Amino acid sequence: MGLSWMAWTWPTAAFFIFVAVAISSMGVWEYFVPGGAPRRGIFRIDTTRGDRLFISLLGTAFVLIAWMALFGTPLWGGVGVAVVWALFVFWKV
Amino acid sequence: MRKTVNQKAWFFILPVLVLVAFNAILPLMTVVNYSVQETFGNNEFFWAGLIWFEQVISSPRFHDSLIRQLIFTFSILAIEIPLGVIIALAMPRKGMWVSVCLVLMALPLLIPWNVVGAMWNIFALPDIGLMGYTLNAIGFDFNFTRQIEDAWFTLLLMDVWHWTSLVVLLAYAGLVSIPDAYYQAARIDGASSWAIFRYIQLPKMKRVLTIAVLLRFMDSFNIYTEPFVLTGGGPGNSTTLLSIDLVKIALGQFDLGPAAAMSLIYFLIILLLSWVFYTLMMRNEE
Repeated sequence: MGLSWMAWTWPTAAFFIFVAVAISSMGVWEYFVPGGAPRRGIFRIDTTRGDRLFISLLGTAFVLIAWMALFGTPLWGGVGVAVVWALFVFWKV
Repeated sequence: MRKTVNQKAWFFILPVLVLVAFNAILPLMTVVNYSVQETFGNNEFFWAGLIWFEQVISSPRFHDSLIRQLIFTFSILAIEIPLGVIIALAMPRKGMWVSVCLVLMALPLLIPWNVVGAMWNIFALPDIGLMGYTLNAIGFDFNFTRQIEDAWFTLLLMDVWHWTSLVVLLAYAGLVSIPDAYYQAARIDGASSWAIFRYIQLPKMKRVLTIAVLLRFMDSFNIYTEPFVLTGGGPGNSTTLLSIDLVKIALGQFDLGPAAAMSLIYFLIILLLSWVFYTLMMRNEE
């Protein structure tokens, strides 16, 4: 049957590989530094490393949507904001 | 004391992982793939980039459906959660009436969604429906097939009738799990009924109410069958919620690319709002 019905493209494959690598990296990180590094950050919510990855990815999606709504494509500026957001989340949230 | 580590347990969740992969992850991946391509059928796809996302984000039609969806969801949450708690508080905790109440509460949940839509469609018809005819007979100009307010009223009433029971059952489960000792202590302190509710019952129901809010939020945000059967999205587009609009684009117009982009934005909104609800409600939880 193959996977042609899934209509794969290289950019979408790269996106899913990135997500899979990010989740796997969290597993490796957890193996070497167990416990999930829980803390209460700047938003006064309890988060673990996994939560922070989730918040980063979800926030990134909305940053890109907002960028597209305000400035259209290309999204490089939005990607820059998303990277800053992810760093902020892992540093402060 | 050393913690026992048993990695074999992971094998027991493998079947679930496989199931989730086939019914959720693979379809989601396919939707992502469709969202950046154009197809004219015959399994042929052409790269379109982010054009469908731009189209959906700037589409007044999507904005209108989203606003209608938010109004619907927050309206039913504002009605069903307090009403469910009130009914659960009024239900007996002991005796033969417990079973009677529980069965009555469970009945609406057992009815298939399309049947609920059809039932309410007939029930609200102004010429032959019991509700529609009665409302007109007592002086209201009620016609849910022509008037927007009446269509919304019927839609909200139908959802409240169908799903408040779920909140009732969850809240009731939370209430009966409170040990009697709490009530005895409150009586000794001379606590009022409001104080008992505010400081004992409500905190003890917090977890089940969180589940109730999340379930009702996600379910109502995805609702399709009932409003489709009841009003078909009309009159005009006045009750066209996001899922109805999505089906029109995907199956009615066969615009798979825009429909996939809309699905992903729809999914992200549900994910964000569910996370916000969960985080806010579980805040300060030990």
